[in-house]
Formats: sequence, structure tokens, C-alpha cells
Amino acid sequence: MPNLKDLKNRIESVKSTRKITKAMQMVAAAKLRRAQDAAEAARPYTDRFNAVMAGLAAGVSGSDSGPKLLVGTGSDQVQLLVVMTSERGLCGGFNGNIAKMARARANELLAAGKTVKILTVGKKGRETLKRDFGNLYIGHVDLSEVKRLGYGNAQDIARGILSRFDDEEFDVATIFYARFQSVISQIPTAQQIIPAAFEDAGAGEDNTLYDYEPSEEAILADLLPRGVATQIFAALLENAASEQGARMSAMDNATRNAGEMIDKLTIQYNRSRQAVITNELIEIISGAEAL
Amino acid sequence: MAASLQFDLVSPERKLASVEATEVQIPGADGDMTAMADHAATITTLRPGILRVITTSGADEYLVTGGFAEITATATSVLAEQAMPVSEVTGAIMDTLIADAEAAGSSDEAAKVVSDMQAVRAALNV
Repeated sequence: MPNLKDLKNRIESVKSTRKITKAMQMVAAAKLRRAQDAAEAARPYTDRFNAVMAGLAAGVSGSDSGPKLLVGTGSDQVQLLVVMTSERGLCGGFNGNIAKMARARANELLAAGKTVKILTVGKKGRETLKRDFGNLYIGHVDLSEVKRLGYGNAQDIARGILSRFDDEEFDVATIFYARFQSVISQIPTAQQIIPAAFEDAGAGEDNTLYDYEPSEEAILADLLPRGVATQIFAALLENAASEQGARMSAMDNATRNAGEMIDKLTIQYNRSRQAVITNELIEIISGAEAL
Repeated sequence: MAASLQFDLVSPERKLASVEATEVQIPGADGDMTAMADHAATITTLRPGILRVITTSGADEYLVTGGFAEITATATSVLAEQAMPVSEVTGAIMDTLIADAEAAGSSDEAAKVVSDMQAVRAALNV
């Protein structure tokens, strides 16, 4: 039986752990609200942008002469996987789920004889995938110094990816991130960004015929690189909200578990204390009787 | 009263304006244009410049960098990569914008963006 002092120390330590997880949960809740607001604020832009792009793309995609960012290089041999995860741990299965999805895709592509390159955004995914795919890494984006995600961060990442595309380092780029559904559910998502794939916005859209200034092709050439940045920005924001949501529920669980543990340990502590008292009494009584 | 149109100005980070306007002056890539109600449906890219929104109660001015505008008969939406009210623009902000534009490359287009920025800066006198 563990002695009383050990039990007491144990209870104290679990209690302080509970305090920490509780605090982390509350911080995550506050950050989640901010992250959700940011994601919401970005939505009108992204929606509009995609609607216009879809309209433009539908007009041009019929011809083979479209920009490479839209129609692709005509090959899918070299695949770039952009794995976006968080900079910090302690957020449940958030990073693990994204990494798992990326790993499955990478294995699938390798088995199909494709060349895979991996660009990681966020430290955690990099660490997780390092053992299996460390030799496929071509770069890493560190966001740990970034306090508040801005469009500028997305632009920097997009610029890096686009310059690699211009240098013909890859044919197809896919980003991996977690879409925020709710605090308890974040869905790991893979989205192809190059060549651009737009959801069909055709349904319910009134088919206004637009005049284009300068020309349709010029606008497309101008907007496609921005589209990459926009999608990365949206993914970064979704990821930020997901991370905080995942951390919040993970820390909520941890707090609850710590509470249960404290209860159990306290009962054990009380029992041992009583046993000790009983023992002492028996010793006194038998001592008295022996006289 | 002149017919009005719905005007929205959004940047990736926030929605800056959503108002009923009578006319919107847009710094298009091919030249300035003014959108009023019943304008032909047009999509144009933007150059860095000043966007002027005239409502019944006055006029607002915004600094926009690249992006595009979607004009229909009843509404005008401007999706700007970066946008801010002119009153918030300072010399320091312009300096960063210009520095960013200069860092983007030395092609003709990049040079044009830089000179547009410098023109804006001169016009705003900050």
C-alpha cells in the first residue's frame, strides 16, 4: 500500500495539472472565438472570389491554351503535398489526423509510381511525418512567430509555391488542413489548389454575361495566383479555428479526467488514513490488554 | 433621387463596407471607371489606387491595392487584396506597401504597380 505522504503528493500534483488544463481550455475557448470570427470575416471574400473564378474558368477551360495554373501541365507525375498543421501540441488528434491523411495520400501516390514532394506548414506535422517522408521534404514554413494570421502570411506561402510551380518543380499541388465543423469535430481535408479546381457554382447562378476589362485571359492570369493565396488563407484560418477547437475539447477531457483521478485518489487516501488510525488503535488496545 | 446600387467592399481579412451608393469610382487596370445603377455587367481588375464611393450622405474614399471589381446593374462588389479607409493611411503604411511591391519582382507589371503606388502616395500627400 502506498504510504500517506506519497498519496498526498500525488493528489497535489494532479490538482495542479488540472489547474493548468483548465486554464488552457479557457484560453483555447477565447482564442477559438477570435479564430472563428476571423474565418467568418474572410468568408464573403472567398465565396465571391470562387464564384467569379468558377465563372471565368468555365469560359476558358474548354480551350487548351488556358493558363497552366488552371489547366495543369498536362502531367500529374510530380505531386506536391502541402501539409498544414499547428505549431503547438496538446490539441488532441488535430495534428495526427491531418498527418494521417497526408501519409495515406503520400503512400498511395508513391505506390502509383509518382514523385512526391512535401512542404510543411507548422512544426507539428513536420515532426510527425519526418520519420517516413523526411527525405521528401522540400521546405518548411514556420508560423510560430506569427501572433495573428494575416493575408500576408498566406501570400508568402503562395508566392513560394507559385515560384516552385514556375520552375516546374511539380505538376499538382494539394493542401491538407482540417476544416472546422464544431468544437468536437474537425474534418481533415485535402484540397487541390494547382491546377485550380473550382466547385461548380453553376447551379442557381444567374448567367450574367460580363464584359471583361482588360480581357478574360488577362484577368484570369492576374487572378489565378491570387486564388492560390486566397485558398491558402482560407485553409490557414480554418486550421487555426480547428486547432483551438480541438485543444479546447482535449483540455476539457483532460480536466475531467484529472477530476476523476483526484476523486479516486482522495478516496484511497482517506481509506489508508483510516486504516492507519485503526491500526494504531488496535496496537494501543492490544497493548493495554497485554498488561 | 438618382437610382442607387448596392456597394460591397471586401478584403480577405474583413468586410469594409456594405452600403447603398449612387456611384462608385473604381481604379480599373485599364483606367478609372465609374459604376452607377444599370451599368453593364463588367468584371475588371484593379490597379493600386483610390476607390471613391458616393452615397446620398457623402463620399467615402478607400485605398485599394490589387484585386477585382464585379459590376452588375444593381450591385458593385470590390474584392481588394488589401483595402483601408483613406483616413487610416499613413506614410509608414504606404512605405511598406511600396517596399512589398518592389520586392515582388522587377518585371514591367511589378514596376507599374510600384509607380501606381507612388502616384497614390503623392495624391494622398502622406
